[in-house]
Amino acid sequence: MADKVLMKGNEAIAEAAILAGCRHYFGYPITPQTEIAAYMAKRMPKIGGTFLQAESEIAAINMVYGVSSAGKRVMTSSSSPGISLKGEGLSYLAGADLPALVVNVQRGGPGLGGIQPSQSDYFQATRGGGHGDYRMIVLAPASVQEMADLTVKGFELADTYRMTAMILADGTMGQMMEPVDLELTVTPPPAKPWAATGTGMKRPHNIINSLSLVPEELEELNFARYRRYAQIEEKETRWEEYRMEDADVCVAAFGIAARVSKNAVNEARKMGIRAGLIRPITLWPFPKVPFAKAAGQVKEIISVELSMGQMIEDVRLASGCRVPVTLCNRAGGMIPTPEQVLDAIKRAAENGGAAQ
Amino acid sequence: MKTVFDRPHALIDVPLHYCPGCTHGIVHRLVAEVIDELGIEGSAIGIAPVGCSVMAYNYFNCDMIEAAHGRAPAVATGVKRADPGKTVFTYQGDGDLASIGMAETVHAAARNENITVIFINNAIYGMTGGQMAPTSLPGQITQTSPYGRDVTQCGFPIKVCEMLAQLDGAEYLERVAVNSVKNVKNAKKAILKAFRNQLEGKGFSLVEVLSSCPTNWGLTPQNALKWVEEKMIPYYPLGVYKDRSEEAVK
Repeated sequence: MADKVLMKGNEAIAEAAILAGCRHYFGYPITPQTEIAAYMAKRMPKIGGTFLQAESEIAAINMVYGVSSAGKRVMTSSSSPGISLKGEGLSYLAGADLPALVVNVQRGGPGLGGIQPSQSDYFQATRGGGHGDYRMIVLAPASVQEMADLTVKGFELADTYRMTAMILADGTMGQMMEPVDLELTVTPPPAKPWAATGTGMKRPHNIINSLSLVPEELEELNFARYRRYAQIEEKETRWEEYRMEDADVCVAAFGIAARVSKNAVNEARKMGIRAGLIRPITLWPFPKVPFAKAAGQVKEIISVELSMGQMIEDVRLASGCRVPVTLCNRAGGMIPTPEQVLDAIKRAAENGGAAQ
Repeated sequence: MKTVFDRPHALIDVPLHYCPGCTHGIVHRLVAEVIDELGIEGSAIGIAPVGCSVMAYNYFNCDMIEAAHGRAPAVATGVKRADPGKTVFTYQGDGDLASIGMAETVHAAARNENITVIFINNAIYGMTGGQMAPTSLPGQITQTSPYGRDVTQCGFPIKVCEMLAQLDGAEYLERVAVNSVKNVKNAKKAILKAFRNQLEGKGFSLVEVLSSCPTNWGLTPQNALKWVEEKMIPYYPLGVYKDRSEEAVK
């Protein structure tokens, strides 16, 4: 194993993107993800890449659209209010079937909100964020190592399925420092015969487009896109199960909430409570399988979130409402403590299966 | 038999969807002629806007990208940065370029992005059925200014070339019209220069083309061309607003 480097989560994303072959980055300053732009501003000129501070989030995502149209790996990053501005571009990327990596280092909302960590863009990310029927592959790292690993994975998935992959991190993940192994395995991008690279007078012109005025044709495009999504659900769903083998209380959490929850699960185990954790790594596609299984095994599922409860809806759907699913949360930039989660686990262990 | 007039290769042989008398067709032809003459069809990438020319991607024979409303200069920036050897142009109307996409336009010019922008100013939103544009003239009647554009309520028309000429970044800005044979010939020269500038690495080149919209102006094609001459040109004078290579010569 290679030597590890101590890095901030945001920097790990930036370096991993470069290692993944991304040579074009467009961004706009917003806390708490600006380190990504700063890192790119330093590194890109030295490796023949493009760093461009765009005039707006909207321009940045459309520059991404341009580079992706030209067939190159490309990314942008922002935080919650900035991602809302990118919503239009995300929808157009989906409509034109263009690959891109978009990073959201979430902060508390709505509106301008705050600058502390949050997970309250879960709905926005997992439901697409912009108008129309579409999905993004949403990856939720829970360590600085995963910030790097999932960035590489995100580029690969985006290229394979010709769609946006989003890293849904939060301010904690972006700002905290941990050792990272940067010897990452990277799959080079596939051939992109659809890209706008010039006909060279050798082929009919390529058109990158999301307009389709004939409803029968637009319907078929939507059906085709969802057939692709079904493949992704089948092949690309990822999650981690921790001490779930004999669990009778299940905690569901992603990102920083999963880190906190893991501590609480360990504490509960010390007290003789059979607690376990399911940590979705892909938020879309959502890992339905482990929750369906847990529903037949545990008395209660506790969804631990840095929001007013968003993932909890997917947990309820995946578990078929067969067991109570309760919320243990903080919001607005606050983070649940292990004690808060442990209290929820203790309550569930004592009278789980009772009232929601 | 000798061919004396033919369709440019860069213009695909399909019926255009433009209304009778609309001068988009002329401008499409001029752009295609320039692409042919410069021999850049195989390396050109065009960006279509949202508006009447939204389906320009079906008409130009080069690779084409359809952008979101107003975002063509940002998309063009991405393409050009990804593939600097290619010739990248946008084709945008007044609503697209001067209203919803003003920020993208101004900043692409300020950065002197090495792209070519063809800007169709017909003083109205055509595709949506004739609403007031940022370039609609004072007093002009449209669907959303039914009593005439009231400048005390909705402000004055935006003179894009004059405004962009204030930016140090922009390389070349010229306003032309396509309402007469003489003006069409001048327009061709300007478009040629705007593309040639890019090939020479000079930077942001924009040609504003005063164009007619008989359907939404409620005029016959002939009277629409007269309206360009009598109403538009006095408000939007033709000419070169910026040309850094000329400045350098002086």
